Parts: sequence; C-alpha cells; structure tokens
Amino acid sequence: MHQLLPYIPAFPILGFLVLSLFGRKLSKPVIATIGAGTVCLSALITIILGFSFLQTEPPGGVYDQLLWSWFSVGNLSVDIDLRVDALTLVFIFIITFVGALIHIYSAFFMWHDGDYARFFASMNLFVCSMLLLVMADNLVLMYLGWEGVGLCSYLLIGFWYEVPSNCRAANKAFLITRIGDTALLIGLFLLFKEVGTLNISGILHQAPDQFATGSSNIVLITILLLAGGMGKSAQLPLQTWLPDAMAGPSPVSALIHAATMVTAGVYLIARMHVLFQLSPVTMVIIAIIGALTLFVAGCSALAQTDIKRILAYSTISQIGYMFLALGVGAWSAAIFHFFTHAFFKALLFLAAGVVIEALHHEHNIFMMGGLRKRMPVVFITFLAGAAALSALPLVSAGFFSKDAILWYSFSAANGNPLLWLMALAGAFITALYTTRLMLVVFWGETRTPVHRQPGQGMVIPLVVLAFLSVTAGFIEWPHNMLHLTLFSAHVQKVLPETLLKTTLPSESLFQLIAALVTLAGVFLGYILYYGKPGIRWQQSPALAGIREFLFGGWKFDQLYNFLFVKPFVFITRINKSDVIDKMYNGIAQAGLRLNSWFSVSQNGSLRLYIVGVLAGILFIITLQLLL
Amino acid sequence: MILVWMIVVLLAGGVLCWLVAQRNQLICRWIALIAVVTAFSIPLGWYLRFKPVVTAGNNWLIDYQANWIPAYGISFHLAMDGLSFVLILLTFLLGTLAVLCSWNEIRERTGFYFFNLLWTLAGIAGVFVAMDLFLFYFFWEVMLVPMYFLIAIYGDFNRRYAAYKFFLFTQTGGLLMLLSILAMYFIHGQQSGNYSFDYFTLLNTTLNDTAARWIMLGFLIAFVIKLPMVPLHNWLPDAHSEAPTAGSLILAGLLLKTGAYGIIRFVLPMFPQASAGIGWLAMLLGVIGIVYGALLAFAQTDLKRLIAYTSVSHMGFVLLGVFAFREIALQGVVMQLLTHGISTGALFVMAGMLKERLHTRDIDQMGGMWTAMPHMGAIGMLFVMASLGLPFLGNFVAEFLVLISTFDVSPVLTVIASVGLVLSALYSLRIMQKVFLGQLQTVTQPPADLSAREWVIVAALTVAIVFLGLYPQPVIDMVGGVVTGIVRS
Amino acid sequence: MIDSAHMVLMVATVLFALGLVGVLTRKNVVFMLISVEIMLNAAGLAFVAAGSKWQQPDGQVMFLFILAMAAAEVSIGLALVLQIYHQHKTLDVDRLKELRD
Repeated sequence: MHQLLPYIPAFPILGFLVLSLFGRKLSKPVIATIGAGTVCLSALITIILGFSFLQTEPPGGVYDQLLWSWFSVGNLSVDIDLRVDALTLVFIFIITFVGALIHIYSAFFMWHDGDYARFFASMNLFVCSMLLLVMADNLVLMYLGWEGVGLCSYLLIGFWYEVPSNCRAANKAFLITRIGDTALLIGLFLLFKEVGTLNISGILHQAPDQFATGSSNIVLITILLLAGGMGKSAQLPLQTWLPDAMAGPSPVSALIHAATMVTAGVYLIARMHVLFQLSPVTMVIIAIIGALTLFVAGCSALAQTDIKRILAYSTISQIGYMFLALGVGAWSAAIFHFFTHAFFKALLFLAAGVVIEALHHEHNIFMMGGLRKRMPVVFITFLAGAAALSALPLVSAGFFSKDAILWYSFSAANGNPLLWLMALAGAFITALYTTRLMLVVFWGETRTPVHRQPGQGMVIPLVVLAFLSVTAGFIEWPHNMLHLTLFSAHVQKVLPETLLKTTLPSESLFQLIAALVTLAGVFLGYILYYGKPGIRWQQSPALAGIREFLFGGWKFDQLYNFLFVKPFVFITRINKSDVIDKMYNGIAQAGLRLNSWFSVSQNGSLRLYIVGVLAGILFIITLQLLL
Repeated sequence: MILVWMIVVLLAGGVLCWLVAQRNQLICRWIALIAVVTAFSIPLGWYLRFKPVVTAGNNWLIDYQANWIPAYGISFHLAMDGLSFVLILLTFLLGTLAVLCSWNEIRERTGFYFFNLLWTLAGIAGVFVAMDLFLFYFFWEVMLVPMYFLIAIYGDFNRRYAAYKFFLFTQTGGLLMLLSILAMYFIHGQQSGNYSFDYFTLLNTTLNDTAARWIMLGFLIAFVIKLPMVPLHNWLPDAHSEAPTAGSLILAGLLLKTGAYGIIRFVLPMFPQASAGIGWLAMLLGVIGIVYGALLAFAQTDLKRLIAYTSVSHMGFVLLGVFAFREIALQGVVMQLLTHGISTGALFVMAGMLKERLHTRDIDQMGGMWTAMPHMGAIGMLFVMASLGLPFLGNFVAEFLVLISTFDVSPVLTVIASVGLVLSALYSLRIMQKVFLGQLQTVTQPPADLSAREWVIVAALTVAIVFLGLYPQPVIDMVGGVVTGIVRS
Repeated sequence: MIDSAHMVLMVATVLFALGLVGVLTRKNVVFMLISVEIMLNAAGLAFVAAGSKWQQPDGQVMFLFILAMAAAEVSIGLALVLQIYHQHKTLDVDRLKELRD
C-alpha cells in the first residue's frame, strides 16, 4: 500500500506542470479535466489508502515511503520521505476530498475567467504543497509544504492582479505568515541543535529523554513552533491577513482560507504534541490565544457587511476553537472540529461564491436579501452550513465537534472556567452573526436581482458538502449520549487521550447550557434582524463607534501600520541613497576640493613659479642648516 | 591540460571576435558563442568521461604545472578540486547565457565587446583554478580590466561614474592583496630559502601572530570588497545597475563569487588562527549586510539597483557561513554561491529584457507586465521566490544550511539573519507587485513575450535552480572533501 | 689674507644673485634667457674655483659640461622664443599665461 503514497501529491504536481507549461495552448474543457481530474485521482487513491488503513493497520500504524535523499551534510540528513499515519490520514482525506469537490465547483465557477489555466495550475500546486506539508516525514520537508502553500495562497489571493488592492492583500498575507514561518524556522534550528535530528518521529521519540518538562529550551522551541502556527492559522496577533485574503476567488477562500491551509497550525501543534506536552506554559498560552481569538474574531464578524469577510472572521474564530482545544489537551476534539469545519466552512464559502456571482459580484449583505425563494438550493445548502457553524444541537456536525471543545475547555486537566466562559460567549456570538447573515441575505425583500442560477456542476459539490455538514458529526458522540467514538478512536492511535479533572460536574448540564446559549444567540439574531432591513438601531452614535471599531477588526491594522509599517517605510525611505555611499562620495569630494585649492597656484605666471622654486630651495637649505 | 585549453579557447576566441567583427558582426557573435560553449564542454566532457570521485585523501582532480618565470619562483600552476569544478561549471553556464543575452543588445563595437566578455570569463575561470599566487593575481586583473571596459563603454547613462567606482574599489583591494602576496613570498623565502609563489608551498608558511593578522587582512579586504561586505559594498549597486545585461549577469553571478572563493581557498587555509580571531566580527558584518542590504533594496525604485542590493543581502549569508567554521555552513555557502549566481543572474537577465522592451529601469513606470508577458511573469515569479528563499528552489537549501549551522555558533546572529528572510520577502514581493502585477500601464502596443533565444536563457536557469533545490546532493558530495579539509584545519 | 678661491666664490654668488634678480624682474623672455645664462656661468665659475682650490680637474670638466648644456639650452630656448613670438606677437612673460589651470 505504501507504494501508493507518492501518487497522492504526484498527480496534482503533474497537473500543475502540464497546466503551467502548456496551459495557454489547451482548451478549457481539457484544462478543467486536468485541473480537477488530478485532484480527484488523488482523492481516489486517498480513499483506497484510507480503507486499507482502517481494515488492516500497517505495522507501527504508519505507511512510509522514501523517495530520495534531499541533502545530507555531516550529521544533518534530510530526505524526501512521505509518511501517513492516522492523523495525516484525516488531513489528506480532507485536502483531497474537499479539494476535489472545490476543484469541480471551480471548473464551472471560473469558466468565464480569462486565466483559467493559471487558476488551476495554482490550485493544483496548492493541493500538492498542502499534501507534502501533512505527509512530510521530517520538518524540513514540512517547511517546504508550509512555504509552498504560502506561495499558492499569495498567487491565488492576488489572482485578479490587475486590482491593486488584491495585490496588497496578497502581499500582506504572504508577509504576515512569513513572520510566523521565520519563527518556525528558528524553532527548527533550535530543535536541531538540541535533538540533533529533524525527523518528526525521531524528535517525538527522543524529546521526552532530551528535555525536562518545562525546561527553558522546550518552552522556547514550542513557542517558536506556535508562532509559526499562529501566522498560518491567523491567530491573534497575526490574524489581520485573513480577512483581506478574501480578495481571491471564492473557491480559493473555501479551499485555502477555510478548509485546509489555515489549519496547518493546528496540524503542526497536533503533530508535535509530545513537545507541547513537555511545555505546560505553552499549552496555557495556546489555550488563551485560542480563546481570545475566537472572541475577538467573533465580535468582528458581527459588524462586517461583506459576506466573505463575515465568513473569514468566523474562520478565524473557529480556528480559535481548535487552538483552545489543543491548548487544554483535547487533541482529538481539535482535529474533529477541523474535520467538520472543513466541510461546513468550505460549503459556506462556495455557496457565498454562488450568491456573489448571481448578484453581479455584490459582496455587501445589505444589498442582498430575499434569496430564499429565488435560489432555493443555495438557500438549503447554506442553511445546512450555517446550522453547523452556529452548532445547532444534534442536527449539525458543528454541534458535535464544538460541544466537545466546550466541554473539554472546562473539564480537561488544564481546562478553566474562564476559558469555558470565553468559548461559551463565542458560541453565542457565532449563533448571532450566523443568524444575522442568514436573515439579511435570504429573507427580507429583494434588493439586487438574481441574474444567473448556478449550474449542476456547482450545485453537486454544495449538496455533498451540505450532506456532510449535517452528518459528519455522527461518527463521534459525546460520552453521555452514545458510545460511538469512531473519530477519536482513530486519531488517538497517534494523539494522546485527553486528561480530565478528577471531580467533574454533569456533562449533560454543560451540553444543555451550550445548547441554550446557541439558541439564545439565534433568537436574539431573529429579534434584531428579522424583517428589519434598515437596522435603524445600529445607527445610534454610541453603537456606531463600537461598530466602527469591530468593523475594522479591533483596529489591529491601524495599530500595526503605526507600529511597524510606517517606521519601516520611513527608515528605508530616508536611507534610499545609502548613507555609506555618502562617505565614499565624501572622499571623492575631498579630493576634488584639494585639487581646486592647489590649482589656484597654477596661474601661468612664470615669475611666480620661479619664486616657488626659489622658496623650495631656500626651504631645503634652511632645513639642512637647522638639522 | 584541459584547464589550459579551457582558458586558451576563451582568450583566443576573444581575439578572433575582435578581428572578425570589422567584417561581419553575426560571425563575431557566433564565434563568441562557440568559444564559450567549447570552453563549457571541456570540463563537462571531462567529467562525464572520467566520472571522477572525490576521495578522502586527495581532493585534487586535476593538477597542471609548467614553468613560467622560474627565476622568481613563478610557475603556471593550475589545479582543480571539487569547489573549483562547480564554480567553473557555473562560470561557463552563466558565460554562455551572457553571450546569448548580448546577442541583440550590443549593436556597436561588437568585436571589442565580445573580446572583453570572453577575456573576463577567462580571467574568472583562471581565478578559480590558479594555484600560484602570482598567476592568481594576474587572472584577478584579467577579469577586472575587461569588466571595466564593459561597464565604461557599453553601460547605461551613468556608466563612467560606475566604472570608475568599480575600478577604484576593486583595484584598492587588489593592491592590498598584492602586498600580502609579496609579504608571504618574502617571509616564506627568508624562512626556507625557497622563494616561490606556489600556493601549496606557501600554505606551509609559519607566521607569527601579528604578521599573520596583517597579511590575512590584506587578502580578506580584497575579497570582501568583491563579495561585497557592508560597508565596502558601494561599488556594487552602481556597477550592477549601469552595466549592460551580460555585464550585470557576470558581475552578480561570477565576480562576487571570486571574493567568496578567495576567502575559502586562501584566507581560511593559510591563516586559520588569524581568521578565527576575527570570525565573530566577520559574522557580525555579514548579518549587518543581510539586514542593511535588504532595507536598501526595499527602498529602491531602479529595478537593477534593487536587485543589486539584494545581492548585498544574499552575500551576507556567505560571510556569515564562512566564518562559522562549520561543515554544514560551508556547504551552505557553496550552495549559496551557485544558487545566488543563478537566481540573481536570472533577475538581472529579466531586468535587461524589460529594459530592452520598455526602455526604463524605473519600477514605478512598469506594472501589469504579467498581462502583456505571461511567460515572463511566471518565470519572474519563480526567481523572485527563489530570491526570497522558497523551499524547492536552490536558495532555500543554501540559506537553510548556513543558518542551521551558524545557529550552533551564534544564536543571536542567526536570529537576526533570519529576520533578513522576512525582509527578503518584502523586497521580493515589491519587485513582483511593481513590475508584473497591477494594471498594464503602457498605452502603446504591449511588449512582446519571451523570444526563443530568451526562452533558452531562462529555461537553463530555471532547470538549474530547481535541480539544485530538489537534488543538491551531487554538489554537496563534490565539494565535501574541500569543506571537511578546511573545517579540520 | 682672504683665500682667492673664497673671493671667486663671492663673485660667483653675486653673479648668481644678479642672474636670479634678472630672471625675476625682467619681462622679456630673451632677457630672462640671458639671465639664466648668467646663473649658469656663475655655477661654472664656482666649479672652476673649487677645482683650482683642490687642484682637481673635475671642476673644469664640469664647466665644459655646463658650457655644452648652456649651448643646447640656448639653442632650444631661442627656438622656442621665436615660436612664441610668431604665435603671440609678444615676448612679455606676464602676458604669456596659456598654461594656467
């Protein structure tokens, strides 16, 4: 079975090569077939691999395939080596399967775009890089995938590069994630210095012997790795790039900025969980970052008017949940939320893409409205996604994953009531903004006419994802309801079980509170937004200030602009002509100045020259006499 | 003997070009191309035929020695080890592309142009294989003077200023090196009675600490000016931006490498203690170069000047890696020499192509080139990514090896150098955004995409950089013996 | 009694000073040349005096050299003067300032 591993990333990279080399000569159907077909093939192989894995677990729980030795110097040896275990399997399934659906959708969505081939080439490259990221056997290869997805994110955010603001968004995304990436790279250096290898299984194996729990080195390493994860996963304080990243086409937002790439940080932390367990401080930091992010981003989502920005902030917020779960040690809950989130958030973005396309590229939700009747399929699928996002009890996948996180944020060994309260507040806000989004877009009067209905090819992925958004949660039930824990049983082959507090209150009570809070959020949203398109109450000056503040994402952009961008640009501008060059030019100037002084004496007067000669002779004679 | 032929072919080709150009410029171009390709095929063919393996005991693949001026102990001594070999290959690869670049760019005084180009290449090739210090100095000047003419005659608007600056900086360094060479010659002669300029003889000179420090500084200053090291880098932006495309390609791709080569070949083995003594200072200056070059690159609006400052930044990694005295770091340095030559060379080639089409180097006047030239846009993206150190392209391997190894020596400096990676993203993306992205500005007919000749150039560079990124092991094995030899001493 | 050589040297010094003053004060190039000749002869006189003082032939040999050199100098100098006069129609050094910076 392990011989199949190279083919999973190989098909997309093949698609990338063909499309980037010959893309301009191929017709659109051929491009679509290559672009979507390669990812579908990868998905097929992944599913075969997955079945074989679930049926007969390979020795050690790992499929491993060495391709070639990348570089080997002294004691540093890095291979191009692919490795799939239970955790990776979840990720490659989501990447290829959701990826394939999104590619099929894009084949129709992007049909009228002039740069069809470039789009699919970038998407295929992304799928390949993302696969390498999660399948890498060592951290350097993972870093390759890590940077590769960053590149593709850059290419695709700036896909419509004629618009300057898109390019700025792409630059911003690349640079902010690059800051995190560099921290990650430094983390790798430190790890190599301490452990002497960059092989993941080697590190996980040796780390407990190498580091004492909470020693300064391990804290530093984990914080550096965390910083890398924060950049990619858009967590506080490196979250500002993701809302702007919505400048890219909707399928890109669905695949890269919702389902897969932004969860790379979650993967990294889960993958290196042994290190993080050795550093309790970092775990607390992760939990706090997650809790803060989910709250901050949730509040920002409340005030947005652009449909994609609402979803972007909700993505940041949901990844905050995942970080919270990782921080309290609820490893499988975090991965489970990643699993369900991939379906429903991809769905929401794709459906939003259909809506935007149908309304002449209108992004403002207050210019939409009444779409329930006009686009019924989109409405139903969007509803399924929204239900999952707001975690409606029992009827949505989001409930099962988010409920687990809420429960563990209180009950896990390093859980905390405060974290739980934050998560609960986040759940309330999520329900509120989701309801707002639904009501404003799909109810009320029509404000922009629908000019195009989605085709079959776009609807099918929506329906599949909607089905999964409802049902994907049923494979993992809370303990007090049903003893069906397929998912956690699977990932716990790799990840440790969650440690719980010794004395615990009733889990059912917590579920009830969570469910009620969610419903309260929906209800509040209903009161505030149902049939009130003008939303006059928002116009009051006191609220307008808050709304402005939240609309700008808590003004992080302005803060960073003031703290980093402006000083940096100022420094580089004033030194544009290189101050050191002034020094050398100064030497040259001094030479010229001396020349101009001495050339005064060369005035052509023969008499003066003779006097000069005479003075020289007298000087020498005097010198001779004196000495 | 092949080393001699390699150089002679270039020298003779240069003279022939000059003679023929009076009658027919096209034949002159073809002669230049054939000469470089022949010179390229000599070491390549030799390698493919004999498949030499670097053994642990002896790193030297070829050794050729003939008398030149025996009275003063000067011999015509050429030798090649793995390090020389990879740099020779780089020289001829870029040399071939340089001839191709100049195909249509140079229309006047073609003969003298190709004469200078080929002689510079011969000088560079000679520098990489000369094992007699006098001969080394000779080749050092042979590569310098024709380069001066290339800039001064065929350069851009501000060419005279740039050429003078280039000449004065490098010549100052060169004279200091000559002093050091003579000092070595006399000190060794007085000690042993055997007056000789031979590298292997002088290698065994025992010097007292003061003498070693001063002589080392003479060599080092000559080499770091070429490298260049901040604050001795100021010749570089002017020379690179004013030189014709092929000149920029050779300057960035090869001339800078001779500085690094000199440090690795001469400074470290001849003065191990003295160079270890200033190791931290050199590393510090390297890091300053990385950050300072990046900051300056970000501020430039002249495309070629911008790329020139990225060279300053990238060569900082070389200085940092060399003076870490670690095997991994030195391997990274050699990788950096190759990959920087290829990637920055490619960027200069592209800047030249843009200038040929748009008649400007100002990035504020560009924009939207991707729409007009999608192929060049894609290639541009690739090399911009290479210059910011994206994995799967060669530069990443180089920078990774340097940084991971220097981290062991000095974590603080490595962290600052890593900040340079963020800065490199800043300036690299600025190139991309200003040149290729955005709205197409030119109102006249859009510039044409890559021609067949240009495709050959960028394709060769692309293949090389991707190959080095994904499978750098052959190069690592090739220079392995040299590197371990230096680290051990 | 004063040494005869000493006397002759005094004369030579006076002669030299006269020549020097002539070079410095005369405006006409021809007179300047003559003054230079006087200085040369002063030097020659000093050589001869020194030669007679030490009873050595070198002094007179040197004088012959000076004589030959003065001849050469005058011939070139006069040729130059002629050329200058042809081109500038003047021999006033204060007006001949072509070579200034």
